[in-house]
Amino acid sequence: MNHEISLVVVMTLVLLADLIIGDKNKKICQIASIGLFLAHTIVCFQWSNSYSPTEAFSGMYLTSEIHMFVKNMLNIGTVLVFLYAYYWNTHENESHAGEFYFLTLSTLLGMYLMISSGNFLLFYIGLETASIPMATLVALNKKREESAEAAAKYILTAAFSSGVMIFGISMLYATCGTLYFDGVSESFSETPLTIMGLIFFIAGIGFKISLVPFHLWTADTYQGAPTSVTAYLSVISKGAAAFAFMCILMKAFSNYPDVWKEILWWIIVVTITVGNLFAIRQKNLKRFLAFSSISQAGYIMLGVIAGSDQGMASLVFYTLIYMFTNLAAFGIISSIEDQTGKVSMDDYDGLYDTNPKLAVVMMLAMFSLGGIPPFAGFFSKFFIFMAAAEQGEYLLVFLALLNTIISLYYYLLVVKAMFIKKSDNPIPTIKIDSMSKVGLIICTICILALGFISPLYTYISERSFGF
Amino acid sequence: MMAVIFCVNGEKKSLIRTIMSIGGFALLCTSAYLTIQFLELRQIDTTSEFLFTESVMWYERFNIHYSVGVDGISVAMLLLSSIVVITGVFVSYAMEEKVKEYFLWFLMLSIGVYGFFISLDLFTMFLFYEVALIPMYLLIGLWGSGKKEYSAMKLTLMLMGGSAFLMVGIFGIYYNSIPAGGEGTFNIQEIAANVQALKAEGGDISWEYIFFPLTFVGFGVLGAMFPFHTWSPDGHASAPTAVSMLHAGVLMKLGGYGCFRIAMYLMPDAAQEQAWIFIILTGISVVYGAFSACVQNDLKYINAYSSVSHCGLVLFALLMMNKTAMTGAILQMVSHGLMTALFFALIGMIYGRTHTRDIREMGGLMKIMPILCVCYVIAGLASLGLPGLSGFVAEMTIFVGAFEHTDFFHRTFVILGCSSIVITAVYILRVVGKILMGPVQDKHHETLTDAVWYEKVAAFGLIAAIAAIGMAPLWLSNMIGGGIENIAKLFTYGL
Repeated sequence: MNHEISLVVVMTLVLLADLIIGDKNKKICQIASIGLFLAHTIVCFQWSNSYSPTEAFSGMYLTSEIHMFVKNMLNIGTVLVFLYAYYWNTHENESHAGEFYFLTLSTLLGMYLMISSGNFLLFYIGLETASIPMATLVALNKKREESAEAAAKYILTAAFSSGVMIFGISMLYATCGTLYFDGVSESFSETPLTIMGLIFFIAGIGFKISLVPFHLWTADTYQGAPTSVTAYLSVISKGAAAFAFMCILMKAFSNYPDVWKEILWWIIVVTITVGNLFAIRQKNLKRFLAFSSISQAGYIMLGVIAGSDQGMASLVFYTLIYMFTNLAAFGIISSIEDQTGKVSMDDYDGLYDTNPKLAVVMMLAMFSLGGIPPFAGFFSKFFIFMAAAEQGEYLLVFLALLNTIISLYYYLLVVKAMFIKKSDNPIPTIKIDSMSKVGLIICTICILALGFISPLYTYISERSFGF
Repeated sequence: MMAVIFCVNGEKKSLIRTIMSIGGFALLCTSAYLTIQFLELRQIDTTSEFLFTESVMWYERFNIHYSVGVDGISVAMLLLSSIVVITGVFVSYAMEEKVKEYFLWFLMLSIGVYGFFISLDLFTMFLFYEVALIPMYLLIGLWGSGKKEYSAMKLTLMLMGGSAFLMVGIFGIYYNSIPAGGEGTFNIQEIAANVQALKAEGGDISWEYIFFPLTFVGFGVLGAMFPFHTWSPDGHASAPTAVSMLHAGVLMKLGGYGCFRIAMYLMPDAAQEQAWIFIILTGISVVYGAFSACVQNDLKYINAYSSVSHCGLVLFALLMMNKTAMTGAILQMVSHGLMTALFFALIGMIYGRTHTRDIREMGGLMKIMPILCVCYVIAGLASLGLPGLSGFVAEMTIFVGAFEHTDFFHRTFVILGCSSIVITAVYILRVVGKILMGPVQDKHHETLTDAVWYEKVAAFGLIAAIAAIGMAPLWLSNMIGGGIENIAKLFTYGL
């Protein structure tokens, strides 16, 4: 529980700080918020080593070392998002900076609860806690119409999907008589009603992870939301939901893997293909990354379908590396957007000539997303494919691999725009603020180094579990 | 074991060039030293398959090691790579635009190539394989010529497509070769042993029939096997000279080497059963490549199609599955690597002067730049298999080996393959006749100069190597043969 308690304390302090000193010393308030959260992140690392699997509230709340690891991972990602958001918060969003931090942290709390839930009810509460403040975050950019539109789309689909989900959960309750994962797992039987419940549940969480066919909100929301929020949505929110999804499938539905594996197989194929094919046509880089993140979600699901401890380890590893990689890309996009307002792919023509460092970081991110060695993305892709191949899913792996070729095509389009194309009106040489710079440096180092640090993977895989 | 050079520092172009030349030279010396060491050690240690092996645990969960080692074949390939790399550096000496980036990517390409040849672990091997592929995109896209963006994208995507096949193949090999109760391994030697043990126990080896074609096609894409060769002409034609050299000279050999070291070594039964499919495909690439080269007008396209033909011959010979033909295949890899590098270097030099590669617009160059043109003739002669040069040795060995098969199917294809030598002569002599001999087509060409020092170094270096192999092939073929035996003994007609 330490993670949650500490986060609640930090949240309250951030809120109080915004109330008391927020109006006068906005900068101090912001730095205090980031600092507090950083302290929380560091302190959480201290706890994560000493925890054996425990539960609280008679099995409502579960935790173990792998849960801790994922939470720490989300913390780091959130710190990076905060670093990127600093410039935006001090310039465009000055009046609502306090809200930004508070709301982000409350969604993070929701994700903690989602991950650690041992009961469908707690999971649902976590999901809602994560979703509703998110809609506010998406709408935070008051000067732009698109932001409000994006938020409306988000909240409507979120409400609808959680409605579907809780309907599914009620069906499960009707047939199993319990909402505890263990209980559901024991009394789960293959009746049409339970399967319907399972499908509704998958549909609900599929919205969070933006799996096809529940992805329709993704592109518009990503485009309209402030870029830091988009980054947060695409990485942290997605990673947490994917991990929670895997945990639930492992715990509550482990007795009938054939049922959900079949569903998931098709979802993965469709998700990866549709995400990739739509990404090719995108001109706006945020929309582009939205579709790329849809297809990446499909790859993440390969770890779920494997259902083994290796599947979980590779899922966590994949999410970790995806986080750093995508945040590097979003860091570049948000600094360029904040300073010049350009987000279109054509604007990036000739970026290398004016901003070589940014272009190189962006290139590393693209290569890593495309799974090119020796960058970290290669390792995570290799392992997650391997986990799926271990279960004999060779056809699925092959289809996914063919899709990586498509994805490589559009990632290379970005590289081509930056390096090969020439532009009459390139992005001027910009100077990024020190906070974003720190974030970008961290991401770059991780992209370059994480693949080679094998103890990290060993650490994760020793703590993972399958069914 | 293998020194890897980084020249990240240095803003000055000349400094970078100097560093690169010294580095390339050091690399060449290291490879030569390695060869000598290898030959000496082989005299003493005649039993172990690989020498200079080293292994470091990397990913414990999957039993992935960073393990390296060499046998005769890898040594030959390393020697080839270092010759091509250093001549490539000399050829790109005149490079003016973004020199530092160019050489950085060039180095990354070389690192991939070296790493691939020395790896003994499937994972590291695959990693280096992909490391070698991706710099091509930027090298062609940024410094290339013609429709470079299209070619760069086509090449990258097709080769990555090949690696998708390959990756599935690797997973299949890994999971199916796990011995009962044992642990899976990525080490090539251990996998081979496990597979043989499995076969001896009468275990199920039907998985080989699925994963052999996947792996073979995966590497076959890089080896320009018909119908997956279409990236090669476009890619080679658009790439800058040194990159064409390295790519046709060394990178395409990764395909052959991989087919041999991974597909055939690890799955010998499927290889024997299914060889006929690939013999047909490679037979087509041999003849088709040669015919295509006859009708092209762009010098680089001619040479690219000739590479398709020659690399097809490499795979063709490997599929003959006996020691003589396989030795010939490796010899052909080395020989083709050298002479195609020489070709591309010379084409680059000629193009740099005349600014055209269309053979219809050139003529009588022999009078204007005699040194380059003589070199070109030598390269051509090596390519069509003149005795005394490396091409003859390689092709002779291949066809002698291939003729050991007496059945109708093999005979037909061997004779078909042999006919490519004649077609090669047609297109080589056509080019020589059109551009080197005859009247000068373009008056502007008369003012052009002959080779400068760094171009001479590159061309003469390659010619020396070609002639050396042609004159004294025995040590090389013995060295290769030692490595071949370990694999050839797995096949029915192997030894």
